[in-house]
Amino acid sequence: MNNTPQSNNVLEIRDLSIAYEPGKNAVNGVTASVKRNSITAIMGPSGCGKSTLLRAMNRMHELYPNIRTKGDILLDGQSIFSMSVIELRRKVGMVFQRPNPFPNMTIYENVVAGFSLNDIRLKKSQRDEIVENALRNVTLWDEVKESLYRKGTFLSGGQQQRLCVARAIAFNPEVLLLDEPTSALDPIATSKIEDLLGELKKKYTLVLVTHNMSQAARISDDSMFMYLGELVESGRTGTLFTTPKDPRTEAYLTGKFG
Amino acid sequence: MTEMYPVLTDNISRRNRTNIRFRYLVIAGSVITVIPIFLIVGNLAVKGFRQINLAFFTKPAPDTFQAMMAASSGEIIPGGIANGLTGSLLMVVLASLFAIPLGLMTGIYIYENSSLKYARFIRNLTEILQGVPSIILGIIAYIWIVKNITRGYSALAGSVSLAIMMLPLIIRSTEETMRMIPVSIREAAFALGTPYYKMIYKILIPVSFSGLATGVLLALSRILGETAPLMLTALGSPAISLDVTRPVSAVPLLIWDFYNDPNMVSLVWSASLFLMVFVLSMNLLARSVASKHKYI
Amino acid sequence: MSGDRVTKVLLFISSLTILLLSAGIVISLFGGALPAFREFGFRFIISSAWNPTAGSEEYGAMSFIAGTVITSILALIICIPMAFSTSLFIAEYYNGTRTSGILRSLVDLLAGIPSIVYGFWGFYALRPLMVATGLTDQGFGVFTASLVLAIMIVPYATSLSAEIISMVPAELKEAAYSLGATRREVIFSVVIPSARSGIIASFILALGRALGETMAVTMLIGNANVIPKGLFAPGNTMASVIANQFGEASGLKMSALIAIGLLLFLITALVNYLGKLIIKRFA
Repeated sequence: MNNTPQSNNVLEIRDLSIAYEPGKNAVNGVTASVKRNSITAIMGPSGCGKSTLLRAMNRMHELYPNIRTKGDILLDGQSIFSMSVIELRRKVGMVFQRPNPFPNMTIYENVVAGFSLNDIRLKKSQRDEIVENALRNVTLWDEVKESLYRKGTFLSGGQQQRLCVARAIAFNPEVLLLDEPTSALDPIATSKIEDLLGELKKKYTLVLVTHNMSQAARISDDSMFMYLGELVESGRTGTLFTTPKDPRTEAYLTGKFG
Repeated sequence: MTEMYPVLTDNISRRNRTNIRFRYLVIAGSVITVIPIFLIVGNLAVKGFRQINLAFFTKPAPDTFQAMMAASSGEIIPGGIANGLTGSLLMVVLASLFAIPLGLMTGIYIYENSSLKYARFIRNLTEILQGVPSIILGIIAYIWIVKNITRGYSALAGSVSLAIMMLPLIIRSTEETMRMIPVSIREAAFALGTPYYKMIYKILIPVSFSGLATGVLLALSRILGETAPLMLTALGSPAISLDVTRPVSAVPLLIWDFYNDPNMVSLVWSASLFLMVFVLSMNLLARSVASKHKYI
Repeated sequence: MSGDRVTKVLLFISSLTILLLSAGIVISLFGGALPAFREFGFRFIISSAWNPTAGSEEYGAMSFIAGTVITSILALIICIPMAFSTSLFIAEYYNGTRTSGILRSLVDLLAGIPSIVYGFWGFYALRPLMVATGLTDQGFGVFTASLVLAIMIVPYATSLSAEIISMVPAELKEAAYSLGATRREVIFSVVIPSARSGIIASFILALGRALGETMAVTMLIGNANVIPKGLFAPGNTMASVIANQFGEASGLKMSALIAIGLLLFLITALVNYLGKLIIKRFA
């Protein structure tokens, strides 16, 4: 985290604090960076602020009307609070904990939902290409290519989640945020998604919130450990897990709480 | 990471503008929707206040001559709505005697036997009955009571039409209230060996009492303002009487009578003000009962 | 144990009242309407004649069916934008806030005002306005009645719509936001499609309410027993002609009025049934 050249950091978080109510910081003075084409895992016990931190990265936390934010987040050197939120969300996509494909749209329409929601007109050939590329990238193409024009509700949980990933990467974002993407899935679906993430990091930068330590250990390159809103420790995953510097990190990793 | 396809970024400001404009539209529409309340209440309060005094509640309605005299000299019209108050009270009490016990029991029956097709059928009939326009219930009460039983307009006929209106309301609210009771409470009672009927009287009804009371209050506030069925059944009368076989007045009927007589203008405003305030207060009372007694 | 038996029997017997009442209503309506149908046949439904002169009495329901349908549909059209924006206000933009609670209570107040008070207020406050616009000379007519009717049915459309809209899952909306949609776009692309059946059902139920409304319409529609000649012309609805003329009617005329009541009963039951059907299919 410290010796890498500046241009390699896609995201830079600078002294970020977020409060839902005045005086109670859900995220407190966090400073960190996220390296390009890597998977960064944010872990910690419930209520530590990891989801709030993740959601700040595409300014989804602003959906709460009384939220107060201090500090900054830079995407490729530009403050995300200075750009239009619509532009930001094209560059930073999100996948949620429970698969949420739009039930009133077909699989095809779901993948290009980002474009239709943003009123972007594409030729049919462009749309077809986007759909096929995105679905291939999430290894769903072969499974659904015959049923593109059916509504996605018949898909299994794991398939629906991969559809949601396809929808998020259809824009070719720089960063993909994932909020506990496998916690609602069975073990087989989980491992398929984990394999997928390993492939996706070659093209995108992934930030993953997980409450599953072993998942973080399995797939992430860098890890951040949060506790009570503060970033306690961060670094290469291997190093963090084997030789944690902070006693709180060690306590969490050895299962003393969480 | 380059964009694969040319993406128009110049529609962002247009979309943001549409977004803001739509929000204003929604707010404007909501304000327009509630403006009538203020207009109506305001109008009634300002114009109706004059006639409200003690006599308003204790004296029966004046005849048109008295009203004309008062109106031409700019004085308050003598008289009030006492005959309407007693008539309304009489009919509402009668209607309640019929509708409340029957409504409660039918509601409990539907709730207790919800798996039976018959019970679901009764429930559907209740919903249909609830949607019947009140004037048709007036026709029915006319045919049943005015023509065949009292051989003339009567308070009884009026109460029958009101009772038929109340019944589905009470059945529905009873059933809904019962459904909100956690099943574990019934099971706890049975586990203690309570017989079925005791469970109903000693557990089911007391626990849901505030919900049932709310339902009754709302039904009452609904029928107190009803005019149409009474026009065909109770007809109206200047007398203050408790005879159920004779015509009787009611507050909404008086408003109708006053409305048809240009001399009684200020009485109409006052009677309307009174009726509206009374009905709305019952409504608010019902709501506060409901919110104060929420069980888990 | 006999206490149980008694209770169960009592409860069952009380359920029979609904059965008897419903049957009784249908039978009495048909019975009362029979003379009119025997005299005029099914022509009764499409005829717009209304002639009470003894010796050449002729009655038909069409003027009033037209009056009912026109006022109710017009009222619904006027009501839709109001109910739509109010339910979005309550359930989406200000969902869960005190402002939304206040608005909700205000809308409920609209529902609590008795019909005759609406009619009376319409007569004294709205009618002069209508006369001032010059579109009608006395202020009575289809439009005035529909306007007040619209205000009366707004609470019914709003409360059900608001409930359905607030039940749209948050995660669906979040997915749309995360793809860069503005609030308005989220509403139109996710919330409304999700809530569509419920919203339609709420409007159908509001229509059902409008069909049966009597007093306010009676006082504002102008009491003319003809098919309304225009939007601002007077007319009568099925409910209002009964209110106006039942008291002095007898014989064939009364039977004609009861027949009109039967038709109103059937139309209202059908519309309400349709609305409930849509809700059931949706939920």
